[in-house]
Amino acid sequence: MYEQIASNKRRTAVLVLGAVVFLALIGYVIGAMTSSGVVGLVLALVVAIVMSLGSYFYGDRLVLASTRAREVSAGEQPRLNNIVEGLAIAAGIPKPRVYIVPERALNAYATGRDPEHSSIAVTQGLLEAVNRVELEGVIGHELAHVQDRDILVGTVVATLVGAAVLLSEFFMRAWFWGGIGGRRGGDRGGGVVSLVLLAVGIVMLILAPIVGQIIKLAVSRNREYLADAQGAMLTRYPPGLISALRKIEAGAKIPMHSANNATAHLWLNQPSRIQGEGMGPLERLFQTHPPIAERIRRLEEM
Amino acid sequence: MWVWIVVGVVAVVVLAAVLVFNRLVRLRNRVDNGWAQIDVQLRRRYDLIPNLVETVRGYAAHERELFEEVTRARTAAIDASSVPDQAQAEDQITRGLRQLLAVVEAYPDLKANEGFLALQEELTGTESKIAYARQFYNDQVMRLNTLIQSFPSVLVARAFGFTEREFFDIEDPARGPAQVDFTG
Repeated sequence: MYEQIASNKRRTAVLVLGAVVFLALIGYVIGAMTSSGVVGLVLALVVAIVMSLGSYFYGDRLVLASTRAREVSAGEQPRLNNIVEGLAIAAGIPKPRVYIVPERALNAYATGRDPEHSSIAVTQGLLEAVNRVELEGVIGHELAHVQDRDILVGTVVATLVGAAVLLSEFFMRAWFWGGIGGRRGGDRGGGVVSLVLLAVGIVMLILAPIVGQIIKLAVSRNREYLADAQGAMLTRYPPGLISALRKIEAGAKIPMHSANNATAHLWLNQPSRIQGEGMGPLERLFQTHPPIAERIRRLEEM
Repeated sequence: MWVWIVVGVVAVVVLAAVLVFNRLVRLRNRVDNGWAQIDVQLRRRYDLIPNLVETVRGYAAHERELFEEVTRARTAAIDASSVPDQAQAEDQITRGLRQLLAVVEAYPDLKANEGFLALQEELTGTESKIAYARQFYNDQVMRLNTLIQSFPSVLVARAFGFTEREFFDIEDPARGPAQVDFTG
């Protein structure tokens, strides 16, 4: 467990460093192409640093907001809060904040930067579908992620990828509309700018699949198995999680509206925006979760 | 030359002793913290018992013996001074409460009572928190005791007066399939 924590901290540092270097490079290229010198580089560095700090300190809030999660008190949801508090005691960590995501799909996730600043969110659908023992299994799994600092890597990845997606869309749109405007005005200066924007946009497009691979590397499937096992050790009752996973598998056809590639890896099971069994091609690219059947098999062996 | 070797060996030994000492302190603090957690949850259960007894009494007044037994066990647990004594008294409370909840099955009105349902959730939650706190406490006690008994950490433990702790044992299958709550 302590090696897990250390390795997760290392991963986070590498990720953040990678993002800073990458953004600085883009800034430098833009600066060179528009011949504005080091201004581009400095600007990109500032953006990168703000982004990294932001994802460290406010990443959990961004993730919670992007899934429209709502904090619930012990008075409102006594069963859920009791279970989270109980398992937090078993794990020897402070009680995380408890959130509900207004979705019919069956799913849950944990976010935050360390056990002192952590949150656990479950969907309304899950809450209604599982009994106490099953809910304990799910919460145990999420608390294992909290204990191992998986949430730190996951949350930083989510915010960085979210920002990258936003930026690439921004550049593509800026190029598209800027290009039309430039042609209409016959302005040569606009031509250079639109060329730059196009170049950045294309780079981002090429990068998207690579980013997908990076996420897969950062949040490997192994840690889902590990969290399953560790969660089962907290509850001392693997059948609870097994039965919950069966229900989640049966309910996997229910689409999740707030699912997106930036946060997909955080969820207990890969969420899909699409009704039915399949996933969109882009979603498959970002597939980060091991199949549930395999997870159940490994739990049954415990 | 020899002086430096001796100095080096002494430095390594001192460093190792410091590391062991710090681990002992950390574990001892975790054990204390674990015990405090158990205590908090047990107290919460003491507070819940009178409420529960009163609520059930309103529907099933003739179960007086059961009420008295639970109340007696509660008093015994509050007054207990040693870890095994308290464990035994808590065991009695757990058994009494389980009987009480079994009795409730015969009263549909009571089972539908909202105040009772809230109390029951509180009680189930507290019971499992006690079990989890005990699990954490016993794990930490085991780690502390192992360290105190193993060589060479035993030397440091002896020198600085670290003592083994007692497990909080309740011989009772409170956890596991029997606890499955299908009403959940």
